[in-house]
Amino acid sequence: MDTQQALFQYCLRLGDTNLILGHRLSEMCSRGPMLEEDIALTNFALDHIGQAEALLKYAGEVEGKGRSEDDLSYLRPVEEFCNWRLVEQPNTDFAFVIARQFMVDVYQCLFYQKLQKSNNEILAGMAGRFLKESIYHQRHTSAWVQRLGLGTAESHRRIQKAFNDLWKHTPEMLSAKPNEKMLVDYGIAPDPEELALDWTVQVIRVITQSGLRRPADGFVESYTAHTEHLGHLLAEMQYLQRAYPGAKW
Amino acid sequence: MQPDFIGIEELVWERLSLIPDPEVPVISILDLGVVRKVRYDGNTLEIVITPTYTGCPAMSLFVAEIKAAMHDQGFDEVEIKTVYSPPWTTDWLSPVAKEKLRQYGIAPPVKDIDPDNPFALAPVIPCPRCDSEDTKLISQFGATACKSLYSCNSCKEPFEYFKHF
Repeated sequence: MDTQQALFQYCLRLGDTNLILGHRLSEMCSRGPMLEEDIALTNFALDHIGQAEALLKYAGEVEGKGRSEDDLSYLRPVEEFCNWRLVEQPNTDFAFVIARQFMVDVYQCLFYQKLQKSNNEILAGMAGRFLKESIYHQRHTSAWVQRLGLGTAESHRRIQKAFNDLWKHTPEMLSAKPNEKMLVDYGIAPDPEELALDWTVQVIRVITQSGLRRPADGFVESYTAHTEHLGHLLAEMQYLQRAYPGAKW
Repeated sequence: MQPDFIGIEELVWERLSLIPDPEVPVISILDLGVVRKVRYDGNTLEIVITPTYTGCPAMSLFVAEIKAAMHDQGFDEVEIKTVYSPPWTTDWLSPVAKEKLRQYGIAPPVKDIDPDNPFALAPVIPCPRCDSEDTKLISQFGATACKSLYSCNSCKEPFEYFKHF
């Protein structure tokens, strides 16, 4: 594997995680608990889909086979998607959506902060842009984690359950991915081990301040396959291009 | 005689200053600082822009409006290129643009996020109508992706805040 291929995979992973999370958030449109929150969640969706668009466009350029961001989004089968499993989990309740989003927001704040210093200028430029979006996201979801954790017995129970249910996906999220080391050595990608440490400190800080317990570690699944939910999500997201190939409007 | 391309490029800048921002019509897309470069080689007009906001739906509108305006000026070949680096920042908003925003009722951006300290708390945003600092955040996300919703505890008016990017 050469650097270009590793870079392609890397951008694809970043793009896919944003794309799938953006799609999950778009499903919240008209389902927010109040108007402001409905608007906030769809704003988040817009940001993540915008980030995915830029990252997948660049991935296509790095690959050099003429695939556009749309080709990569709408015409790949489920096995080729490389998003975190965390983001493909179906929305259950608002606490779940917030907990998942908070985990991603803290990660992206730390990640983009480091990626800004990448010696790949294109990625560094994107990271500078995305970081500012992530900071606003993080502020919003941290405040909600706190509000739900310190709110009523019911809100506390739900947000704690959400963290407990999602925690099993953190090893996949925080681990070094195949061929990532090569990009770290070249100064293109931030070191995932360092990120994992910073992420844990920051997340535990907010969880503790919110009167919540840190979920138990130790449940590590194999990283090879997606959960069954991604296929269902793609069936909907890719429907139009599958049913009417090349359709435009 | 060689056509004067620099003169033509200046004309393009002038024409661009007349295109209003689709969301906040009191400022132009030049005030906004999204146009990075204009180049004309005698045949193709190239305009380089930097998106304000990654997923901003107004960007495709910007592109369409710029193209339409340039076609009206008689340019047949108009190429709009998007660059992400260096990323757009609200620091590129001119002081005049910030004042126009305030008069329009939108609180202009202040340095409320620090990329070196992403977990810092948000500062106070003064009311664009009465200048009171006794304001509260209603929602981090407003009617457009670049604005938050606030309300003023002094004059009781709600207002929008153009986020710092």
